[in-house]
Parts: sequence; structure tokens; C-alpha cells
Amino acid sequence: MEGILDLLSWVFLLSGSFFAVVGGVGVIRMPDLFTRLHCAGVTDTMGAGLILVGLMFQAGLGLTTAKLGLILGFLWFSSPVSTYALARATLASGQEPFWAEDLEIPETARIPGRDTGYQETRDSEEGEDVVREEEDGEEEMG
Amino acid sequence: MFIAASFAILITMGLAMVRGLLGPTVYDRVLAMNMFGTKTVLIIAVLGFLVGRPDFLDLALLYALINFVGTLAVLKFFEYGDLGRRLDSMEGERR
Repeated sequence: MEGILDLLSWVFLLSGSFFAVVGGVGVIRMPDLFTRLHCAGVTDTMGAGLILVGLMFQAGLGLTTAKLGLILGFLWFSSPVSTYALARATLASGQEPFWAEDLEIPETARIPGRDTGYQETRDSEEGEDVVREEEDGEEEMG
Repeated sequence: MFIAASFAILITMGLAMVRGLLGPTVYDRVLAMNMFGTKTVLIIAVLGFLVGRPDFLDLALLYALINFVGTLAVLKFFEYGDLGRRLDSMEGERR
């Protein structure tokens, strides 16, 4: 049983190391930030996940495995969020993916205060809605 | 086996550092910083097992939290040029 657990943890650790190094090489070699984000995601999910699972097999049941699970769960949440924030910030700063000739930046990626035209129209619409609701409320009250 | 894993993580950290030094835009450097921080979490965990003290995992967990918040803070700083202002007060303003 010990041997099987050791073997499993070695397999997980070695494959996690493989994915980590592959992602690192990709971060160096990829031509664009958006493709580099993909490679960093590989090291975050596959590399970190496999290595932490391998350490779990080494630790056995207990508090250590619980801590490893906490780290793994937090990485599962934080890595996509930071990747998304980075991609959104890059897209809003005007940098386009290298394969896109005329990419229309989606409206959800625009940053309020940076692109005034979009923000102004949206604010005026919201303002009208608010005024209408207030008027309705007064009529009901009266 | 822990030594092999830690060497692989160290190589990845070195590659991320190279990307951070080469990075043409500031977002490449933020990406490299985020990746470096995640790999730091991993190497703290692996080194804790290597030297037989799994208590290092507390440090790894703390570092993961701080790394995430730090990445978002740096991104927000480079987007708005400030950390403590509301979005309403920045309307129509370009940096």
C-alpha cells in the first residue's frame, strides 16, 4: 500500500513538474500576451494542481492534506480571476490579440472613465429610468 | 522526487523572471509576477515536504492569498493610476 501511494505521488509530482516547465517555456516563446496568458494558466491549473495532489498522496489523511486542499481550492479560484482581470485590462488598454485585424472590443471590456461616449449614453438611460420610477412612486403615494 | 519537482519549479520561476525582464508591456510583467508568485507557493509546499516540515504550508497559503490580492492591486493601479478613488469621480478623465 505504501509503495502504491509513493508511486502515485511520484507520477503526480513528475507530471506536474512537466506541465510547469512546459508552461514556462510557452510563456517565453508565445508571441502575444493573450497566448502567454494561456501558458500561465497551464502552469496554474495543471502544474500546481498535479504537484499539490502528489503532495497530498505523500502526506496521507490529516491536517496537512486539509491545508494542501485549501491551497489548491484557493488557486482554483484565484488563477482564473486574475487571468480574466489581466486579459480585460490588456484589452481595455488598446492592445489587441495578434491574430485579430479589426477586433471590436466588447462593451463589457471597456473601463468607465476611459471611454466616455459609451459611459455617457448608459448613464443617461439609467438616469431616465430612475426618474420614471420616482414619478411612479409619487403617483402611487398621492 | 521532491528535489526533481523543486528543480522543475525553479526552472519555471526562472523562465517567468526572464519574461518579466523581457516583457514589452507592463501587462507582461504583471503576468510574470503572478506566475512567479504561484510558483513560490508551490516551491514553499514542496520544500516543506523535502525538509520534513509540512508546517511551511501555512506560509504557502498566506503567500497565495497575498499574491492574488497583490496582482489585482497592481492591475487596478495601472488601469486607474490610483488605488483609492471611486469610479464615479473618474468619469470623463483620461489618466
